[in-house]
Amino acid sequence: MIEIVQTPPLNSVQDLGRYGARHYGVGTSGAMDDVALSTGNLLLGNPAGAAGIEIQMFPFQVKFRSDVAMAITGADCRAELDGTLLPPWWSTNARAGQSLVLQAPATGARSYLTIAGGVDVPVVLGSRSTCLRIGYGGHRGRALEAGDRLVCGPDSQARQPQGGIGAEPPEAALAAAAADGAGDETVLRVVPAAEHDAFPAPSRCAFWQEAWTVSAQSNRMGFRLMGTPLHLDQPLEIRSSGIVPGIVQVPPSGQPIIQLRDANSAGGYPKIGVVIDADLWRLGQARPGAKLRFVSVTQQQAAEVQRETEAYLSQVAELARLCRREARR
Amino acid sequence: MGSSALLFQAPGALDLANQRRIWALARQVAGWPGIREAAPGMSNLLVIFEAQSCDPEALQARLLSIWSTVNDTPEAGRLVELPVIYGGELGDDLGLVADRAGMTPRETAQLHASTDYVVFAPGSSPGFGYLFGLDPRLFTPRKNEPVLRKQTGTIAIGGIQTSIGAAAGPSGWNAIGCLSEPLVPFDPHRDPPSVLYPGDRVRFRIEAIVA
Repeated sequence: MIEIVQTPPLNSVQDLGRYGARHYGVGTSGAMDDVALSTGNLLLGNPAGAAGIEIQMFPFQVKFRSDVAMAITGADCRAELDGTLLPPWWSTNARAGQSLVLQAPATGARSYLTIAGGVDVPVVLGSRSTCLRIGYGGHRGRALEAGDRLVCGPDSQARQPQGGIGAEPPEAALAAAAADGAGDETVLRVVPAAEHDAFPAPSRCAFWQEAWTVSAQSNRMGFRLMGTPLHLDQPLEIRSSGIVPGIVQVPPSGQPIIQLRDANSAGGYPKIGVVIDADLWRLGQARPGAKLRFVSVTQQQAAEVQRETEAYLSQVAELARLCRREARR
Repeated sequence: MGSSALLFQAPGALDLANQRRIWALARQVAGWPGIREAAPGMSNLLVIFEAQSCDPEALQARLLSIWSTVNDTPEAGRLVELPVIYGGELGDDLGLVADRAGMTPRETAQLHASTDYVVFAPGSSPGFGYLFGLDPRLFTPRKNEPVLRKQTGTIAIGGIQTSIGAAAGPSGWNAIGCLSEPLVPFDPHRDPPSVLYPGDRVRFRIEAIVA
């Protein structure tokens, strides 16, 4: 069991999302950085989609109430276990009574705490993810609060070898889309969407060629972007449809919105493109003020990037398995 | 629709016959291998697939070929009557909609409440859904900038559609009223979780009109 000692608002239990309840109008929720959550789980020998804690507000502190293997992945939050600094992207064993403290990261936005066996909150409509917007799933349908106690899943007996196991961070292992942009820009691969061609050439050029700034009005629901406004020649009457995380909608103001994990499940604004699933984790680590740049890809190219991501995760799982086996000899 | 979804948009008008075929298509597609979800929209269907196991081009071809054979079997929907306060603080766009229609706010409310609407698709938040049957005189474009709606149960018009707001939050729709009795739109632990489902019919009863 782990106990939350200190937490600002908006930190929550998340897995890889809720699928199969869209006929209710239920969106996906799930980890904003799905690669970081998966990596933490795979380091521990968990299924990639076990529930963990998404920390997006700091400082965050937990106390372990039992011995358990745990991992810290995502943004480097200078995690300290009883005062000992842990390397980023690292898993190790925590003993009952030890405290883990996470500080605000210098770069990146979200860190993930995963534990052997996963966080065992009730499954709601097929997922343990918290939907903060409406208030269901996760721990009592809400963000975590000091004093909350979370139970580890049944396989929590797994132990990491002495010294722990690390993973190569995905930002090093997974190639970003090539672009001519400055080094501090996050480059995202985007498949053009239904209304892309309805935008006149100047708006399409601005979308693909300019840098977009993530505004302060950005959260798990979506990011509002700032840049050259995009406009249709004349308004389109669009019939509402289901939407997916990563969709870039253009409301009449011309400032695009990227809908993310806790977004509405349907909408009717013109859709210019959709950030591919395999790049959503990069958005999950973008902070307000970050510069984004979009490059166009086909669904086939997106599938190739997806395969690279799966290969990275398989490698993490395999190396962790070998390390544990080696340690048992 | 990105790397793991397709949006199937049916040709033709937004009408009940077409929408019944969308519902039937959704049921069929949900059973195909490699499909994670199939969610009806307004004369369209969002299909989310497993990117590893499903070829989007083959899926697209299959959707297009099966559309012509899908039957418009009627849904066994319920009739749900909901009392509404038109206008007032929570329906502060009633005047705007009335002006566009060249009517008084009272006439506008009476026109809006004079038809039974059919729930066509799940809404942007769970609980109520998108309604079909809005009189063309009440069509009103969405706002340029979404405004914050502080509570659920708002009756609103967005373009050619009308709906009941199922969540607080920013919305570009024009609010013309609100439910007079608060309803929890969605509770995953309730059976059934949502107040309204596609195929249900909705009748708005005028509880009051606040000018």
